[in-house]
Amino acid sequence: MVLIFIDHIDGHIKKASYEVLTYGAKLAEQMGTTAEALLLGTVNDDLASLGKYGIKKVHQVSNETLNHVDAQLYAKVIAEAVTATGADVVVFSHNQTGKAVSARTAARLKAGIVAGACALPDTGNGFIVRKTVFSGKAFANVSINSPIKVISLNPNSYKTVAGEGTAEVVALNVAVDPSKIKITAVNKVSGEVPLTEADIVVSGGRGLKGPENWGVLLDLAHELHAATACSRPVGDAHWRPHHEHVGQTGVQIAPNLYIALGISGAIQHLAGVNRSKVIVVINKDPEAPFFKAADYGIVGDLFEVVPKLTEEIKKLHAGG
Amino acid sequence: MKILVCVSKTPDTTAKIAFINGNTKFDETGVQWIINPYDEWYALVRAIELKEKDPSIIIHLITVGLADCDPIIRKALALGGDEAIRVNADNSDSYYIAAQIAGVVKKNNYDLILTGKETIDYNGSSIAGMVSEMVDAPYVSLATLFELNGTTATITREIEGGEEIAEVSLPVVVSCQKGVAEQRIPNMRGIMAARTKPLQVVEPAPIDALTSIVNYELPPAKAGVKLVSPDNVAELVRLLHEEARVI
Repeated sequence: MVLIFIDHIDGHIKKASYEVLTYGAKLAEQMGTTAEALLLGTVNDDLASLGKYGIKKVHQVSNETLNHVDAQLYAKVIAEAVTATGADVVVFSHNQTGKAVSARTAARLKAGIVAGACALPDTGNGFIVRKTVFSGKAFANVSINSPIKVISLNPNSYKTVAGEGTAEVVALNVAVDPSKIKITAVNKVSGEVPLTEADIVVSGGRGLKGPENWGVLLDLAHELHAATACSRPVGDAHWRPHHEHVGQTGVQIAPNLYIALGISGAIQHLAGVNRSKVIVVINKDPEAPFFKAADYGIVGDLFEVVPKLTEEIKKLHAGG
Repeated sequence: MKILVCVSKTPDTTAKIAFINGNTKFDETGVQWIINPYDEWYALVRAIELKEKDPSIIIHLITVGLADCDPIIRKALALGGDEAIRVNADNSDSYYIAAQIAGVVKKNNYDLILTGKETIDYNGSSIAGMVSEMVDAPYVSLATLFELNGTTATITREIEGGEEIAEVSLPVVVSCQKGVAEQRIPNMRGIMAARTKPLQVVEPAPIDALTSIVNYELPPAKAGVKLVSPDNVAELVRLLHEEARVI
């Protein structure tokens, strides 16, 4: 059985969880087995409707302590659920929660893990999972050789597909220890699309010349419902908050569309964005290395091009 | 107080990525090796900053690798570690590596174990979580700030769309990223001192690896950029809408 871990925040299931539900159900079908899901804590969403992603059951450990992610508690509860349900494959999203929990759970189960998977496993002969390595510059095919297998799937690497169906929701009784971690504050960046969950990201570099010029970028991002990001020099100069820095040493993202404005495209920057499906580069320097990694490009002054681009997208959205 | 910082040898961020032996082995020709930036810039430098405030702190470094890791360990010692341990083994399986580190942790009883959030070669983000499980300690991942007050750590960590501030009593395992500290360059005094600091080589414990790399692949080359005139922005929107279907 394939057990899929469902992640949630503020009472709602995360987008990345629908990707792993689809992925896990497809994997179960490929292996000739069933897919079930596991949710720790409580949500406002309707769990039975998760059946439309191809799963039969949702096991829920509805203990409020679990509404905050504590890797120590999570690993213990998930491992017990794996044993209780007889799962032999466990699937996580490789998002912030997955990074905290998947490897720890694997260690507890003495299960081999592929963290950062990007495709369905090859189960024809053994169990071989493809993952991104060298910060997106290559792939490795990794064989998991233990009886229980853990996969942590890169966000935005498997397309969500919903069909018909209803899942049975089953309460799972597992003892939960008190957490040794005390959460004293939670600060949300409100009103913005979270960077790692965004379908479209608009990103700015030194070519914008200063924080006062960010308006053109924000207008475009707003029109596209996009998250905003920046290059390392911009983050280091505090033109934009640190959490917007994408690149090798910042956040790594894989949106459907990445629009780079005034970013030259150093190799360290590309390492954070090269898993994007489509890359658009707007830069006045035709020699900017980013054009080599781009799908579409405009060589031109971004302060002229970007407002026009925003206008054209407005027209498109208006049904023009 | 004893801090253990886990460091890994990785290719330089600008290294050309290529493979040999039927795509089963990373091509090391001409590759410059560095300390994994997350391990160095954030985990190690934060440990050094803590020691600067409280000189009674002892910093141990650990790596799992062969003798070719020694130059990066010496560099880490030059930055400010007190002693280093190298587990003499070559393995890419995260369970194997974590179990070697956990074995050393159980012997030496560290109060704080710091790692980078991931290595820039395998990108697994797995070692810290696994070590924490193996030694049954709390784990705080993706830290962006780390403060220590006596035996309580206050840690800001990244969550989806924001951050969480957590308080936890030592011992704890923490994976570090940008924000925790700033990059430093070793000075000559540090480099000289590093030559005589202890680097202990220990043989690995018998652990079964649970995964193995079958082979590597490079992504297909991009078809090449389609350039659109700055006077025809509408064409870019058409291409993104009709051809790429992303807007």
